[in-house]
Amino acid sequence: MEYVFEINGGDFSSGGNASSTIKRALKERNVDPLVIKRIVVALFEAEINVVAHADHGTITVIIEEHQVQMFVKDFGPGIEDIELAMSEGYSTASDTVREMGFGAGMGLPNIKKNADVFEIESVKGLGTNAHIIIYLKND
Amino acid sequence: MLMTEIIKRIEARPVCGDACSLNTNEFEFAFASDLMSDVLRLMRDNTMLITGLCNVQTVRTAEMAEIKLIIIARGKKADAQMIKLAEESGICLLETDYSVYRVSGELYSYGIKPLY
Repeated sequence: MEYVFEINGGDFSSGGNASSTIKRALKERNVDPLVIKRIVVALFEAEINVVAHADHGTITVIIEEHQVQMFVKDFGPGIEDIELAMSEGYSTASDTVREMGFGAGMGLPNIKKNADVFEIESVKGLGTNAHIIIYLKND
Repeated sequence: MLMTEIIKRIEARPVCGDACSLNTNEFEFAFASDLMSDVLRLMRDNTMLITGLCNVQTVRTAEMAEIKLIIIARGKKADAQMIKLAEESGICLLETDYSVYRVSGELYSYGIKPLY
């Protein structure tokens, strides 16, 4: 099953709708609650990143038999130094983002913590692509 | 700890429907934070969130983190969008004039455990 969501930068009112939809879909499939939590936390952090930093973006979630793949593509300022952005506590978030409770520099580390596979590439001035895979079963 | 006891201890006002009337003792742990990415790192169930952050992302974060009770401290008021989202997600919102520190102290002394 494939889901596609359009995300608007700065829209904190709708930010989280995609993650919420995926959470419901996974619950209906009786996926292990701990795995659901890892998936939705990784996806929600990625979704918030698009809302917080980008002009707009697209999230594609593919639920397969043994894994969930998430492709997060945004058009925005990009990440200048990915290694630095992956370190806990580093953030370039605006005051508006911080007022919403984010921007403490834990977004990418939280994705990495929950993902089985996390690949990210970014071009400064163009945008960022992230690919996250979380396995549904341990075997 | 029972919802009714929590409400009494911190002089809270329940602000959304059915979720706040749950009279169970499933609340065992609490975490106090205004940083939502820190909340998203919690993996233990039966945890309540004590926070001064009062916006729709507080509720969204609780939804993703499987938190069923949010205590909004410092006299802040949940808006209509927060209440709607909380009801859809089966999350209870409590408002209190107490500070985060005082809520934490009251509930700690009543046996609600910390996570770390």
